[in-house]
Amino acid sequence: MKIIIIGCGRVGRTLAQSLTDDGNEVTVIDADPDKVKRVTARCDVMGITGNGATHTVQREAGIETADLMIAVTSSDELNLLCCLVAKKESDCQTIARVKNPEYSEDAPYLKDELGLAMVINPEYESAEEIARLLRFPLATKIEPFAKGKIELIKFRLPKGNEIIGMSVKEVIQKYNSDLLICTIEREEESYIANGDFVFEEKDIISIVATPKNAYEFFDNIKCKGHTIKNTLIVGGGVITHYLCEILEKSHISLTVIEKDLKRCEELSSRWPKVKVIHGDSADHDLLLEEGVDSCGAFVSLSDLDEENVLLSLFAKGEGCQKTVTKVNRTDYDGLLSQLELEESVCPRSITSDRILRYVRATENAVGSNVETLYNIIPGEVEAAEFIVRENSPIVGIPLSKLKFKKDVLISAITRGKETIVPRGNNTIEVGDYVVIVSKHIGLCDIAEVLR
Amino acid sequence: MNYRIIKRTLGWLLLFETAFFCVPIVTALVYGEKEIYHFLFTMAGTALLGGLCLIGKPKDDKIFAKEGIVITASSWILLSLFGAIPLYTTGGYPTYIDALFETVSGFTTTGSSVLSSDVVASLPKCILMWRSFTHWIGGMGVLVFIMVFLPLCGGGRNMNIMKAESPGPSVGKLLPKMRSTARVLYLIYTSLTVLEFVMLVFDMPVFDAINASFATAGTGGFSIRADGFAGYSSYSQIVVTVFMVLFSVNFASYFFILCGKWKEAFTTEVRTFLIIVLSAITLITLNLTLSNVLVVGEAIKHSAFSVSSIISTTGFVTENFDMWPAFSKTVLVLCMFIGACAGSTGGGIKVSRLVIMFKGVRHETQRLLHPKQIKKITMDGKVVEHETVRSVNNYLIAFIFIFVLSLLVISLDGQDLVTNFTAVSATINNIGPGLGVVGPVGNFGDFSILSKVVFIFDMLIGRLEIFPMILLFAPSTWRK
Repeated sequence: MKIIIIGCGRVGRTLAQSLTDDGNEVTVIDADPDKVKRVTARCDVMGITGNGATHTVQREAGIETADLMIAVTSSDELNLLCCLVAKKESDCQTIARVKNPEYSEDAPYLKDELGLAMVINPEYESAEEIARLLRFPLATKIEPFAKGKIELIKFRLPKGNEIIGMSVKEVIQKYNSDLLICTIEREEESYIANGDFVFEEKDIISIVATPKNAYEFFDNIKCKGHTIKNTLIVGGGVITHYLCEILEKSHISLTVIEKDLKRCEELSSRWPKVKVIHGDSADHDLLLEEGVDSCGAFVSLSDLDEENVLLSLFAKGEGCQKTVTKVNRTDYDGLLSQLELEESVCPRSITSDRILRYVRATENAVGSNVETLYNIIPGEVEAAEFIVRENSPIVGIPLSKLKFKKDVLISAITRGKETIVPRGNNTIEVGDYVVIVSKHIGLCDIAEVLR
Repeated sequence: MNYRIIKRTLGWLLLFETAFFCVPIVTALVYGEKEIYHFLFTMAGTALLGGLCLIGKPKDDKIFAKEGIVITASSWILLSLFGAIPLYTTGGYPTYIDALFETVSGFTTTGSSVLSSDVVASLPKCILMWRSFTHWIGGMGVLVFIMVFLPLCGGGRNMNIMKAESPGPSVGKLLPKMRSTARVLYLIYTSLTVLEFVMLVFDMPVFDAINASFATAGTGGFSIRADGFAGYSSYSQIVVTVFMVLFSVNFASYFFILCGKWKEAFTTEVRTFLIIVLSAITLITLNLTLSNVLVVGEAIKHSAFSVSSIISTTGFVTENFDMWPAFSKTVLVLCMFIGACAGSTGGGIKVSRLVIMFKGVRHETQRLLHPKQIKKITMDGKVVEHETVRSVNNYLIAFIFIFVLSLLVISLDGQDLVTNFTAVSATINNIGPGLGVVGPVGNFGDFSILSKVVFIFDMLIGRLEIFPMILLFAPSTWRK
């Protein structure tokens, strides 16, 4: 596909990298020549310096023949204008990043009336992700598949748990659980689970299951603390605003600490049920006063990565079971994992993940196509959800008879209302939603998993 | 420094050179020449060594600017070292350094020879073909050629190689993907070469037409006949004149013409280049007719041929311009330094650099009148970044340093100043003939081994635009 990316900030860069790795022809536009240079030095893309919202610059980038235009500059208005100009010139699809909550409420209108293919709001998506983590606190990451019927849940095995030392096969038999263990991460290495894999302390495990089965499983293996009653949030930014909105009707009570008095007042008037504290989050005593040691979860959403990491570490040290940390830089993921802070959200990665998912889905209009895509371990293991169309070579053959590539796992099959955790004798039928976990990054068609 | 990826790339380079040897081998088969064995042996050598280099996978394929520069510079040296072997073993050249001089002269599209033109004409056909073919490969760049077939390394890092190999102050892509850019460049290059061959083949033997096309396309200038280009008909001379100019135009212009964007094709650089060519032809024609050296018709034809040949840095000869009046010779020497457009196959300082330097000087004078004035240098409506202006100025300074240094070493041989000056100029600008002893009918054979090594270095420096070659030998590149 020919793709034009306007804006070479963090999101633009990540997108350019992933999209070229998938084999697309990418052109990037930014007004700042240094930013353009930074991208063109690393990825195989063409760089153009100029205002991406102007007709001439877009033509220089070849908008007439482009299939997709993604506007991810820091300004919402500019992004929308880019899409409008592009729409006039060609019939390409357009994606805009829109951050401002006021515009976000208009997202459906913008999509329909301005003909945008996708309006993405990184802060809202991040808030949704945090909300999912709070609902299922054992998980470090949760991703819904098959319209939320099944979930991919990633969690760290607690110390002294009874399944340590057992193999995957034994665990499944003992607890008679209807779930699938997909991947195990151990000291920066990742493994696709087979039956003989033995669990060790501190393993990070990804499972695919219906929410109910996952809940039962956690009960069975005696993991404690899978509900949260109260949450302490540091920082009252846009993500907090959305988080309040999403969690308003849930049973979780929220406390927000924010430095800026005006912002406190805004939040408090908009969400009366939320307890808003005006104060400095770096103040130890204040955090202790608000019960950082006894709260169910601690969410740090300040603007500074360093501050968020420090606060989360402090909360952990004080005995808080669940912390969620916002980080803007993904380069240090390994470090966070060492600090046992892997429950982190990164708005930039979420944005680029969502857009990538869309691009891959539109790439294959025919055959089995990718419905959802999720990085279990970024750059190493992906979970992709496919819809099985007619003429697919894998239809109707028992899974044990199919010859899969190495490191491929059929994780779940959703047929109508029923979700199957596949075993060797199951078959895949036309119309099924199939979740495949694999180390082969960039799968576009379900047939690609066969040898 | 990522040594493994450098080793791997050089391995691929040797395998591609193995394939290049097929061209002289086919020639030798066609003409039944026994020199085929020399090529076959060298081929076995490059294949073996190349294969050995490919053993073992590099841990990561990341190359940065440093690796790009080292890969480019060492590739060209390695390519020439092996390319010279058959020339030496067949016995046509007295020493290995002579053979190396000839091969470097071929790959860098210089076209200077250590042999007199009579001896060249008596060389086996496969050797002649190999010499011409090195021009064609060297013209657009051997690593760009490899990129057409192979993704050399991951991501956009190929750009580091392209930047080091392509001539000009700022190198851009034509298409988003490096490989498609390389493909488009070679497609245009090959089509133009084939077109020239078709136009020439009516008028001269097939072998001559192939050689002439290769040598023109790379703006090289090795000729295969004792009398250079003088023996061919006027029609052939005119065709070659036109193609020499065509090959010294920025290839991006052809790409824009193919896309139907005529306006973008005729950039300031291309327009300036054409104006310089036309004015040089006019000046020399006037000078030649007024001083009664040639009649008008002949004067136009020969001055056009010589100007295109020199400014495109090809170096074909129809008339011994060493016998022309001093003014004409001076114009030609100036053309040597101007050179072709950036992004073409020609050498020299490049027209775009001159335009930027000229605008820079004009700015400086403006600033003296209005010290607080802020103004940016623009070209084709776009701001030329300060970094580019700086690199252009430093390029010229480095160029002069190396020129003077080479001149000093060469003068040890005791030749006259005109010979020495034009010899260095002909090699560093990748032209071929100079004036005096190295003039259109002369050659570089009389120089000492030391001078020849200096010339070899100058030719590589000229082709790779100075800095890659200097950095290859700079200790700071290799320090951990």
